[in-house]
Amino acid sequence: MPFLELKSIRKSFGENGSRTEVLRDINLSIEKGEFVAIVGYSGAGKTTLISLIAGLLAPDAGSLTLNDLEITAPGPDRGVVFQNYSLLPWLSVYENIYLAVDQVFPNWAPAKKQQHTEAHIAMVNLSPAHDKKPAELSGGMKQRVSVARALAMDPQILLLDEPLSALDALTRATLQDEIGRIWSQQKKTVVLITNDVDEGILLADRIIPLSAGPGATLGASINIDIPRPRDRKGINHDPRFKEIRRAVINYLLGAGGHRHTTVSKKLVLPDLEPEDLSVPPPMIGGRRTPIRRHEIKRETVEVE
Amino acid sequence: MNKSKFKFDWLVLPLFGIGVVLLLWSVFSATWAKELPSPMKTWEKSRELILSPFAKRGEMDQGILRFTWYSLVLVAKGYAIALLVGTPIGFCLGLSKTFSKTFDPIIQILRPVSPLAWLPLGLILFLGAGKQASELGALFTIAICAMWPTVLNTAVGVRAIPQDYLNVAKVLKLSRTKTLFKVLIPATLPYMFTGFRLSLGIAWLVIVAAEMLTGRPGVGGFLWQEYNSLIYEHIILCIITIGVVGFVLDRLMSVVEKRFKTA
Repeated sequence: MPFLELKSIRKSFGENGSRTEVLRDINLSIEKGEFVAIVGYSGAGKTTLISLIAGLLAPDAGSLTLNDLEITAPGPDRGVVFQNYSLLPWLSVYENIYLAVDQVFPNWAPAKKQQHTEAHIAMVNLSPAHDKKPAELSGGMKQRVSVARALAMDPQILLLDEPLSALDALTRATLQDEIGRIWSQQKKTVVLITNDVDEGILLADRIIPLSAGPGATLGASINIDIPRPRDRKGINHDPRFKEIRRAVINYLLGAGGHRHTTVSKKLVLPDLEPEDLSVPPPMIGGRRTPIRRHEIKRETVEVE
Repeated sequence: MNKSKFKFDWLVLPLFGIGVVLLLWSVFSATWAKELPSPMKTWEKSRELILSPFAKRGEMDQGILRFTWYSLVLVAKGYAIALLVGTPIGFCLGLSKTFSKTFDPIIQILRPVSPLAWLPLGLILFLGAGKQASELGALFTIAICAMWPTVLNTAVGVRAIPQDYLNVAKVLKLSRTKTLFKVLIPATLPYMFTGFRLSLGIAWLVIVAAEMLTGRPGVGGFLWQEYNSLIYEHIILCIITIGVVGFVLDRLMSVVEKRFKTA
């Protein structure tokens, strides 16, 4: 019996007349303790898929079960790490996590809640930023807090919705290693949604491509039988890595990815010319009037 | 150079502006508006009220700050009522579409009604209160007029709460009260304070009208009394006082507002 099971899920958005089908025929089963990565284009419906598993959205058709129980509403048994961190900006790092701990373990003694919160802050190496507000943290640090909050809830399954895609390449690599380390310690069931094929292969046990939308569906699952711990530098030369990578990319570009949508948009530039700040402002008023492009009669360009 | 320019901007230019207005005022009072007291005369007649601002010589003969104090106390009470009533209404409007559709039209109709129109109604409502009637009527008017910016800004703030924060509340299964106090209220605070600031401005506007019509002691009441006793200098003193106090209140509120903006 699979731990998490999705059966012929369909989901559309929009009014009756102009409904767009985002996901169709989604079938997925994940065993306990498995780390599964789902890769796909931006806008393919990855976030919709994770919102369905989280219970934030209800499917139009099909069934979702976690541990044999139908998923109908969100709950702390599924820890979600959102792409945009979703930290409450008026609470400090500690308070953000404590809010979750307090909610999930209401019967614990305050000292235990406190100690549990501290332990999770330490796990993501954020103890020095303990009392900082989210606005004072970098993107990578915010995402660590978000991960710590999700794990502190001790969920049955961890849902990572493009957790690293808003980060720069270096921070991304560090956090990938960190997620890998935490997973090897806790052995939680993880669903990672990402647009980075390499990231998926590096971290997961299984990688599943999601075809381009509208009407995206999951492709064949590929087992990543590369032994752990996987070395970020070495893995690039692993023939199996290259093979998996090629298979996933072929699926995304080929059969599943044919229905590309192109968006064309005319770019209208503002009718303004940048100010020349080296010229002092006029004495009276102290303000320059904006220079309209269409009012410029002649332009002299000096070439040295 | 930059520093001296800074001082020029906020000190010299405003003083120059005041100077221009004083000059125009003197010219007008000397030429076509003979009844308008000149700045000098205004100062001379008002000296006693300004130099001993807390003196009390009689019910309607008191120092200017004493009058201001009476007005401020009344405004504080009315303003407090406005916030206590307005904020929950704003939350209901923001949270419930049905509530919003039901009451939004009536709010839009009541909102532009002038304090001068509400006051008689307030006085009638509290007719039974005897001596207290004028105070209660004034409070009613201040509260109902000052409430709207708080109501509308709170509603906008609640509607503007990012879905992310609500998702957090849903995933954590926060109870309704916990969602309200841990998520909705903190997320709406910046909007609420903008509303509070605008409300305070209106409350201060209304007080003058209310005092004029009820004859309560305060800057507005004093202004009306001095008009009736033909001491026009004091009218100008009252206008300046009202303006300065309103300005200070607004500044204070915007300092408080800024503190919450960062959160």
